[in-house]
Amino acid sequence: MTWLLLIEQTLNGAQFGVFLFLVSAGLTLVLGIMNVVNLAHGSLFMLGAYYAATFFGLTGSFLLALVIMVPLALISGIVIEVVALRTMYDRDHMDQVLATFGLILFFNESVRLVWGPESQPMPVPDFLDGSVEILPEAPYPVFRIVVILVGLAVGAGLYLLITRTKIGMLIRAGASNRAMVGALGVNIRLLYTLVFGLGAILAGLAGMMAGPIQSVEPGMGEDMLILAFVVIVIGGIGSIRGAVIASVLIGIVEVVGRSILPFAMANFMGEDAAQTAGPAVASMLIYVLMAAVLFFKPAGLFPAQAG
Amino acid sequence: MRFRIALIAPALALAATPGLAQDKEIRIGYINTFSGGAAVYGKHQKDGLELALDHLGWKMSGLDVKMIYGDDQRKPDVGRQQADKLLKKDKVHLVAGITWSNVLAAVQKRVIRAKKIIISTNAGWSAMAGKNCSPYFFTTSWNNDQTPEAMGELMNQEKLDNVFLISANYQAGKDMLTGFERTYKGKVAKRILYRLGQRDYQAEISQIRAAKPAALFGFVPGPMGIAFVKQYRAAGLHEKIPFYSVFTVDYLTLGGHGKAAIGTYHTSYWNNNSDDPVNKRFIADFKKKYGYHPSMFSAQAYDMPMLVDSGVKGAKGNPNDVKAMVAAMEKADFPSTRGKFTYNTNHIPIQNFYRREVRADADGNPVIVTTGVVKENHKDSYYKECKFKW
Repeated sequence: MTWLLLIEQTLNGAQFGVFLFLVSAGLTLVLGIMNVVNLAHGSLFMLGAYYAATFFGLTGSFLLALVIMVPLALISGIVIEVVALRTMYDRDHMDQVLATFGLILFFNESVRLVWGPESQPMPVPDFLDGSVEILPEAPYPVFRIVVILVGLAVGAGLYLLITRTKIGMLIRAGASNRAMVGALGVNIRLLYTLVFGLGAILAGLAGMMAGPIQSVEPGMGEDMLILAFVVIVIGGIGSIRGAVIASVLIGIVEVVGRSILPFAMANFMGEDAAQTAGPAVASMLIYVLMAAVLFFKPAGLFPAQAG
Repeated sequence: MRFRIALIAPALALAATPGLAQDKEIRIGYINTFSGGAAVYGKHQKDGLELALDHLGWKMSGLDVKMIYGDDQRKPDVGRQQADKLLKKDKVHLVAGITWSNVLAAVQKRVIRAKKIIISTNAGWSAMAGKNCSPYFFTTSWNNDQTPEAMGELMNQEKLDNVFLISANYQAGKDMLTGFERTYKGKVAKRILYRLGQRDYQAEISQIRAAKPAALFGFVPGPMGIAFVKQYRAAGLHEKIPFYSVFTVDYLTLGGHGKAAIGTYHTSYWNNNSDDPVNKRFIADFKKKYGYHPSMFSAQAYDMPMLVDSGVKGAKGNPNDVKAMVAAMEKADFPSTRGKFTYNTNHIPIQNFYRREVRADADGNPVIVTTGVVKENHKDSYYKECKFKW
């Protein structure tokens, strides 16, 4: 493996990390601020991809699909919150896990009924197709660069929203003492609904960005959900800054580990054995990382000040 | 005691009811994956076999055909439960279906022990072709190794040397590489095994580009393949390093691949462009009935009721005469979507394998075109290990 390839793989890892951040931003918001374990986040990711794929197919415009997807994701989130989650706030986490796991099954089956079991078509939009040469002899897909830009924009936007605006202040206050904020005359119930809706939009946006490079199919959110939980646990639950850093860290560890380990291990074990064991060990690396972080910092790298 | 017998007697009478009806109907148990992420495999096969039953008028030698479906949820233990239920409760005459080798491994034992016929409409577990072979077992598909063996041969014919290999890190993934390397004579640039269920392949794509191979051979099934093909094209590699695959690109996944699959190549037993009247009728009627293009999975499932029908004919309309059924089915004397073929001594088809490629049609949409025969009358590599035991 050459140095150039190693640099490229690090870049690949960072790019994958930013994508992971997109997936986990909404999750960390809902868990950190509302103290709700929302397994249905993966379903919202899937719904976002399906809405976008459907309207991209109908209108032929990726941007128009985005404009339509955002309110649909918001409505889906609000409906879930009002119908299913509102009664769960005072229950413990196990009840929430059970209820939102039920939602996963419900949405997977609903999507199959409406769209069928086949993978839905969703190509890379024409104006984002192609590649640019950012490293010598290594053209990089434009769409992946757009994913990076969208991820960074979401991170910056959320940071500003939470720390610099009045609504962000209320959200933080509601997270530290729900009853007190309510007593001061703030409609905390509406505030939570809005936070959950925002989480749903972020999940939908991540699903939409995943569509052109993955398969849009029932259950597509579940694999991502596991990684997203690892991200927010390492980053510190509720912390946007922590989620950014943890996801890039995980992306790099996962991608670089996966590309180096099989060849590094071939030096001290057989080629065949290394090829089988390498990817297996590489896929454990992020969990080892998580265990190590939790050992030294049980609340994650950047514990959110609130909640 | 007398009281108990009084209860048992009507129960026995009830249990015997299916037996009374045995002269009028043939009951086929069909196990496949109808729920979860892989439900699409079950759907394509069910649609294919029901079209065949339409063509037969849901009758075989005067018997009404009764299909009883079971969902294996892609799990071997659930598949085994379904087999037990079909055999004991529904008293089926035979069991068919199954997409996954590990589910087949679990189901076949039960069916064969009950001395009933089992027909795989997809799973091509190699043990069923060799040491685990059984006279009760038939397949309307293939042995797992046959398709990658044909691919190795294709790459020899196209004089592709220095090929990069990518496959999934589990048993079937390794079997695909073994099958490929059994026939492929050129140099292997490098081989990568990716994690089952992986969704992001940028790291692998960077390695493929850096190795500068003449071509890429891959086994990336289902949604993994949809992600891989899209990402491979987005990276612009499809023109420099052509992608040759097995069980990755097919009409089952083509909707998901979209235009990204154009310019890729694969091998398959099914010549979808053949002029064979059975095949043409199958494709036309399938599109008319279901509104989508049949996949190879639909084609091989279409053959199953036809094969059973030939067996029932040979047994003179008595589906309980298993030996007569098997003897008739061995002749492969039925209208198949792949044209005329024969069964090997292990009941695996001796069949042609074709080179297929994905092209753009007049509207720019992807279509699969068969462009030639790679291997004629290809036998699997295990039949010599097969000794039938009734």
